[in-house]
Amino acid sequence: MGSFSIPVELIRIVVGVVAIAAFVALNAIILVYLERKVAGHIQRRPGPFEVGPHGILQTVADALKLVGKQLIKPAGADAFLFWLAPVLGFLPIFLFFLPMPFGPVLTTLEVPLGLLLILAFAGLNVLAICIAGWGSNNKWSLLGAARGVAQSVAYEIPLLLALLAVVFMKGSMNLSKIIDSQGAWPWQWNIVLQPLAFLIYFICAIAETNRAPFDLPEAESELTAGFHTEYSGMGFGLFFLAEYANMVVVCAVATTVFLGGWKGPFFSGSWWFLAKVYLLLMLMFWPRWTYPRVRFDQLLNFNWKWLMPLALANLLVTAFIMKVG
Amino acid sequence: MTETAPFFSDADLAGDFYTRRFQPGPSENTLILNMGPQHPSTHGVLRIVLEVDGEYIVRAEPVLGYLHRMHERMAEEKTYLQYLPNMGRVDYLHALAWNWAFVGAVERLAGIEVPERAEYIRVITTELNRVASHLVWWGAYLLDLGAFTPILYAFEDREWILDLLQTPTGARLTYSYFRPGGVAADIDKEFLKGAKDFAVHMRDRLKMYKDLVTDNIIFRKRLEGIGPISLDMCRRYGATGPVVRGSGLAYDVRRAEPYSVYDRFEFEIPTTGSGDAMGRYRVRMEELEQSLRIIEQAVDSIPEGEIRVKGAPKVKWKAPAGEAYFAVEGGRGKIGVHLVSDGSNRPYRCKLRAPGFSNMSLFGEIARGILLADAVAILGSLDLVIPEMDR
Amino acid sequence: MDLGELDARKGFFKETLAGLWSLVVGLKVTGKYFFRPQITVHYPRRTVDNIPSFRGPIELISREEDPAKPKCGACSMCVSACPSGCFTVTKKRPPAPTPEEIAEQKEKEARGEKVKKKAAPKEPERFLYDYSLCSLCGTCVEACPSGALRFSASPYRAAFDRKELVFDLLADLAERAREDRNPPGTGKTTE
Repeated sequence: MGSFSIPVELIRIVVGVVAIAAFVALNAIILVYLERKVAGHIQRRPGPFEVGPHGILQTVADALKLVGKQLIKPAGADAFLFWLAPVLGFLPIFLFFLPMPFGPVLTTLEVPLGLLLILAFAGLNVLAICIAGWGSNNKWSLLGAARGVAQSVAYEIPLLLALLAVVFMKGSMNLSKIIDSQGAWPWQWNIVLQPLAFLIYFICAIAETNRAPFDLPEAESELTAGFHTEYSGMGFGLFFLAEYANMVVVCAVATTVFLGGWKGPFFSGSWWFLAKVYLLLMLMFWPRWTYPRVRFDQLLNFNWKWLMPLALANLLVTAFIMKVG
Repeated sequence: MTETAPFFSDADLAGDFYTRRFQPGPSENTLILNMGPQHPSTHGVLRIVLEVDGEYIVRAEPVLGYLHRMHERMAEEKTYLQYLPNMGRVDYLHALAWNWAFVGAVERLAGIEVPERAEYIRVITTELNRVASHLVWWGAYLLDLGAFTPILYAFEDREWILDLLQTPTGARLTYSYFRPGGVAADIDKEFLKGAKDFAVHMRDRLKMYKDLVTDNIIFRKRLEGIGPISLDMCRRYGATGPVVRGSGLAYDVRRAEPYSVYDRFEFEIPTTGSGDAMGRYRVRMEELEQSLRIIEQAVDSIPEGEIRVKGAPKVKWKAPAGEAYFAVEGGRGKIGVHLVSDGSNRPYRCKLRAPGFSNMSLFGEIARGILLADAVAILGSLDLVIPEMDR
Repeated sequence: MDLGELDARKGFFKETLAGLWSLVVGLKVTGKYFFRPQITVHYPRRTVDNIPSFRGPIELISREEDPAKPKCGACSMCVSACPSGCFTVTKKRPPAPTPEEIAEQKEKEARGEKVKKKAAPKEPERFLYDYSLCSLCGTCVEACPSGALRFSASPYRAAFDRKELVFDLLADLAERAREDRNPPGTGKTTE
């Protein structure tokens, strides 16, 4: 034993971050493939089919193409902000996964306030969109950024309130503790006690990740491509990666808080966690290929006039029952 | 916000908005935006210059001419038969209606009788083409509104029509099928059976369309009350087709100036009094149903006989001097062809009246004070086909 | 026919519930189609079955007696009928006279008789067709007095260069005759 020893925690974090990076990249590739397949089958076409058996390598090829593409900065764009935005959009992803309990022991960093950490850094995504829209020197991008900020700020509140209802019940923001308090069978999960909170959370999650029908910041038929109109190559690639990683994050939080995390009937473990996350992701794909996009004022009206009061009422009722019961 | 947005009087809109002479409006917080000609929702190369205050449009001016191909001038350089292929390119979605408008004008000019069977074939194929045209509009409109899947369902049904029409016409999009005095090729029993089967199939699908889209609450909220067009405005701009019917006037060339054998079929002219985007949407959806009715009746009663009158115009045919106007009801409204002949084998002048141009001209007026997203919804509801507007 | 109001639902809750239900119905529709079989055709491995009714590039029809010879009489009606000027047709020149014939002609000329030149055969020497200009309208097919033109059914005539789209129809015909896939008088015409 030397006088100098590396703390076990540090090794755990380094290994964890590397694993998270691999997990995020792999997930994005699988998810893009899955989404295109789901969209294809809904629309009665095969989706990607040519690269590899059943097109399984299509997203790999697409990713390679994105990496190989030239990075173009539009004239008059603020170079610093323009390149900062995609990085800023992508980096917080690692922070989201740090306190995530993938399995009984598979947690990179046990944080007593894990949920708060995730919610706090979720705000950085808005900043990335804002900077991207401003730095692009493109009017459509700017409109997209303005939409993105208003939307994310609005929908974060009911999202928080919905999660808070569960935190009230369990008295902890530690994700592992929240899982511990739930059982293995579906009727022992928090979703049974808080169905409304789950619904509100899920709707807000779709809006937070800018997915259709709430994909207003990038609404391609209105704003060409919104905040990432001017990005090419990996600049766009990082936004794309961040979007899919964010989807995994919100679904992972939903799984942890509402669906019992890695616990499941028979053989509890990480596979249950992954299965639940992917089931939720499929549920997120489905509306995208069904509904038209909502209008901007309708989106905010829906938030302030429906989700907010419902989430508040849900929280109040929960608090009341906790106090009395 | 809508009330506080600075409005402009009509006199202010008169200037050349998109060149250097443009004077900024009284508000300093506005942004000049180019919507198009490469914007995804302007369906090709329509360009709209917008002055926006935030997301509210202060004023809008459509800029045309990016797809101008001089069709009218080309008519003066080609013989009557040589000009036929041009008609399929004016409006690629309802090519057969344009075919008919030109061929009809030539027939009226020269007093050519068309065999009855040919008239029935024209009705069946044109109505099939109208359904195809409306299906493309339906899919593309939903695409504008952000729903991706409907366009693929619509194309699934449209494919059926294209396969059917390919048999007699040989083409799938830019048909050049009608000839002065008849049609180019006969249709067979298989085609008639296919058309009837399609009508049955399509009715089934229309129910699905209603479930998937028309009843959808997001869709309804996007359309109801958006872009109201009054009858007075329709009159001022000369709007026809589903736009004027959506505003409550039952004007349809097939009934108002009956041509061909349309007076033998039973069909309704759908109208709504609402005049908004939803009204136009519902009128078109009902027109699909009415077109299917016409197809079924025509298939049941089609007579045997010639498909092209004896002595129909040949290559070096010379039209008698004079002029003729012929109008048909296209998918977007009243299509008119005005021919002036000086007795040579080429038209002296050929004026094409495109419904899309008049319908689109409305946009500048109704776009004032609306949201950007609504502008997309209104543009879609006008069913614009840019090549037809520019000609 | 006035379509009236779109099923106006009265009451706030009724309307809200109906709206929410419509979202579920939409999901049901797409969900149903998710499990339906696909309807697209996997192109390189399968092709659509209605290619024969497609009107492809123009081709010449051969004579009954000789599959390598076109019915064409080189009258150039197609050239004047075509709206886009796709065709370049040159007639065959009269065969060069033999030395005896020249001598005979000279003799006749010397005698002051009228010299009758040999008539050119009614056959094309060259028949070029620029597919890049063609709009497949069929005016040429209808205009041809000898019925020598028809649409082929081939949709596979893409090229990398515009020059490759100028087809020599006589060479095409000869090639089809060689490969014996040119049964005379068959194929689609518009008539």
